[in-house]
Amino acid sequence: MSKAYADAPTGAPTGTPTDDATGDLGDLLFDDADWNFKILSKTYDAIERVALDDLGLNVYPNQVEIISTEQMLDAYSSFGMPLMYRHWSFGKHFARDEKSYRQGHSGLAYEIVINANPCISYNLEDNSMPLQALVMAHAAFGHNHFFKNNYLFRQWTDADGVLDYFQYAKEFITSVEERHGLEEVEAVLDAAHAIMDQGVFRYRRAPELTREQRETRKREIEEYRERTFNDLWRTVPDGDAVADLSEAEKEKIVRARQMHLPEENLLFFLELNSPVLEGWQREVLSIVRNVAQYFYPQRQTKVMNEGCATFTHHYIMNALYDRGQISEGAMLEVLHSHSNVLFQPDFDDPRFNGINPYALGFAMMCDIRRICTEPTDEDREWFPDLAGNEDWRGALRHAWENYRDESFIRQYLSPYLIRKMKLFDLTDRAEDGHYVVGAIHDEQGYRKVRDALANNHDPAHTDADIQVIDADLRGDRQLFLEHSVRNGVGLDEGSRTNVLKHIRTLWGYDVTLSGVDHDNGNQLYRTSTLEVEDGA
Amino acid sequence: MAMHHFIDRRQNPGGRSLGNRQRFIRRAKAQIKEALDKSIHDRKLGDVANGEDLSIPAKGIAEPRLRQAANEGQRGRVLPGNKEFVTGDQIKKPPKGGGEGAGKEGSDDGEGEDEFRFTLSRDEFLELFFEDLELPDLIKTDLREITSVVYRRAGFARDGTPANLDVMRTMRNSLGRRIALSRPEGKDVATLEAEIKALEETTEPDLEDRGRLDALYEELEGLKRRQKIVAYIDPVDVRYRQRTPEPVPNTQAVMFCLMDVSGSMGEREKDLAKRFFVLLHLFLKRRYERIELVFIRHTHEAQEVDEDTFFYSRQSGGTVVSTALTKMMEVVRDRYPADTWNIYAAQASDGENFSGDSARCSKLLAEEVIPACQYYAYVEILDEREFELFGNPDAGAALWRSYRDVAAERENFAMKRVTKPADIYPVFRELFLRQGQRERV
Repeated sequence: MSKAYADAPTGAPTGTPTDDATGDLGDLLFDDADWNFKILSKTYDAIERVALDDLGLNVYPNQVEIISTEQMLDAYSSFGMPLMYRHWSFGKHFARDEKSYRQGHSGLAYEIVINANPCISYNLEDNSMPLQALVMAHAAFGHNHFFKNNYLFRQWTDADGVLDYFQYAKEFITSVEERHGLEEVEAVLDAAHAIMDQGVFRYRRAPELTREQRETRKREIEEYRERTFNDLWRTVPDGDAVADLSEAEKEKIVRARQMHLPEENLLFFLELNSPVLEGWQREVLSIVRNVAQYFYPQRQTKVMNEGCATFTHHYIMNALYDRGQISEGAMLEVLHSHSNVLFQPDFDDPRFNGINPYALGFAMMCDIRRICTEPTDEDREWFPDLAGNEDWRGALRHAWENYRDESFIRQYLSPYLIRKMKLFDLTDRAEDGHYVVGAIHDEQGYRKVRDALANNHDPAHTDADIQVIDADLRGDRQLFLEHSVRNGVGLDEGSRTNVLKHIRTLWGYDVTLSGVDHDNGNQLYRTSTLEVEDGA
Repeated sequence: MAMHHFIDRRQNPGGRSLGNRQRFIRRAKAQIKEALDKSIHDRKLGDVANGEDLSIPAKGIAEPRLRQAANEGQRGRVLPGNKEFVTGDQIKKPPKGGGEGAGKEGSDDGEGEDEFRFTLSRDEFLELFFEDLELPDLIKTDLREITSVVYRRAGFARDGTPANLDVMRTMRNSLGRRIALSRPEGKDVATLEAEIKALEETTEPDLEDRGRLDALYEELEGLKRRQKIVAYIDPVDVRYRQRTPEPVPNTQAVMFCLMDVSGSMGEREKDLAKRFFVLLHLFLKRRYERIELVFIRHTHEAQEVDEDTFFYSRQSGGTVVSTALTKMMEVVRDRYPADTWNIYAAQASDGENFSGDSARCSKLLAEEVIPACQYYAYVEILDEREFELFGNPDAGAALWRSYRDVAAERENFAMKRVTKPADIYPVFRELFLRQGQRERV
């Protein structure tokens, strides 16, 4: 139905002049660092056979695009999305990444993959053929399978509509830039980006992404507005439950019902209820919110997603090597890149920069296979369902399908791996002059380490939990936000002040944020754009 | 067969990130400009227009997000690679602001850093440089284009735009073809028609006449048919004048920078002077293959110096402007004979001069310097107050007044008082305009 190759082979000339690539190579798929589209395609087919027939992966159709260095830099300075709308911050990231790359401080990603149907992966033209093979196995099969099967992606993103949507978003932003000027659009985008982390639905189903469905939603919003325009009082609660409340408190309850408060999604709330935004500005908020929501599952599954992809490429490349389809030299190059990616420095190493999701993910996937095939007594005790279950492929696919990082770690991190990685839990209390080792890799510590690591990978723990609790549209229109503070960790004051200013821009009136202790409800701090301006 | 595609995107038009880039530069303009001013100050004249590594404060281009405070409350963190710790161990925290302790999250967007470093391209640099100078657009594009071309006649072509149609050549081809293919001429047809008409008007035509008339009809028809077949002007005849781009033959030029460096010339004055020199240099760079720079500074005596000394070292002493002119002519005689070099000179001063020397200056200028030069530009750098005082171009100190006399007589001499960058360009306006006009002719 379609042409398999958009272009005739244009890769660097290969060392083998013969057209019949299999001619002198025996079973080898390639025997050279250079690649062309014919070799790529043949290798793709070999990888696909292992991925589908052996590992039993279930993937979207693939579209592999070869791009240049500049295109790669561009893509990953715009949230890793080549179709992104334009904004100065992407230009800033590009400038930074480019400089860092040109000076050799950082390498480039070998590939970028997009959760869409068909699944698009971008491979860097500079990759040698062994790397291209690795990257195809990693992205076009590993990530692709994860995107298609993991419950978060299935429920929260729309692979069929996403490219359409990004295209629409880009066109929309361009059109409003033309109509209202760069500055106007920039002001809204800047403000919306500032609360992107607070612009996702964590527990509800995200609103749809396709253009068609979007139109419907827009209509619904209109209808909602019409419905709620005049009869503010029809929904006044009555009965004994509220009989003894003051008028002010009653009003507050009414407002909360009207605006569905509390609301965790700040962008959504502002889009719907801001008294000052124009239609196009609301649409810009909606776009930023949808982008944030689209990426939210990826933020929750970094360890699993990379673990799945890395395990997949490792297994496939080894399978091809065992079948004599990849030469020893090529395999060495593959393993070299593989171990670079998996490098995990110890906590006291100057290169340490947190737990490497590739390393943790890959180690856990291998560990699941080990538990299935060569369980110890300890494994039998900890994982009675898994240990000795010969179907490690099925076990892995099940995990990839039904977990996110937090629950995956809580479920699958084994004592064996905790010992192997020598994981320990360090408690940091701000007022103390020292850290305390809370648990280490021993009998008493396994569960504690596991829970702590799981929490480290839960955005609900790492992102500030902020909700809209009240806004009196008939009064002073002040917007009240509440930050539910866990373990006494507040917000960085510099960024807090600036973000509140951005929220004020979108809301149009003053904004007050109070920090309330999650456990006992005590107010810990209170800050407002009113004070900020007074202070300034 | 597997449903997969490979797509080669490498040939897609590049510069897709340009839109974001422009937005970024627009956004950070104030900071970039500030960094740029500093950079103009620090760089060599000839390098000013090359790409530039800039460092701007990160604060103005921060992207704030709500972050958890680093030094509050209690947090737990799991780390790999335990060596000797056991549960309950206490580890002293590193001193505040010290190295990478546990619990410090490196921010991935460089937000934590004070400086944001990136590289400005040549075009971006010039755009910002020109902005202060308020150059007309035409001049801007002119300066950006380093290699200049002229279109020269280069024979004739079979296709082109109607505006370039060469009628003479086309008609000549047409005539040759008509003769070769023996196209009946209009006058032959006319004669025949007249003959036919005469016969038709005969009241009593005899048989012979009729026979002749029929023959003539036939002949006329033949001629007309042939006229139709062989067109008067055929597409193959048409010729257009052809022009091909040809690079302008560039030769060598030397640019003299003369500046008063006595105590009254401060940082601000020197910075303005530098912009003035840069602009002339850019102009020359676009026009000439090879440009040499000669820096001559003077107090009460003149010296040829290198660029760093020229702009940055201070000297004390009086001010005798003519010494610089004498020095310049010395260098010209020694190394830059006027018949093989295009000589340009730019002089900056604050207008002070030793009394009695100004007359000598104007004499030197009029008799020796200007005749040897392609162009001589003089700026007098004043502060705002002086500028108001000397609002009238006729008013001024001795040097200014004697230079004005020269300016009145010489076309290739320009002078101006400047207090800010935007004042500089008018000094060169004549120069740019003349060149522009010459090009258009």
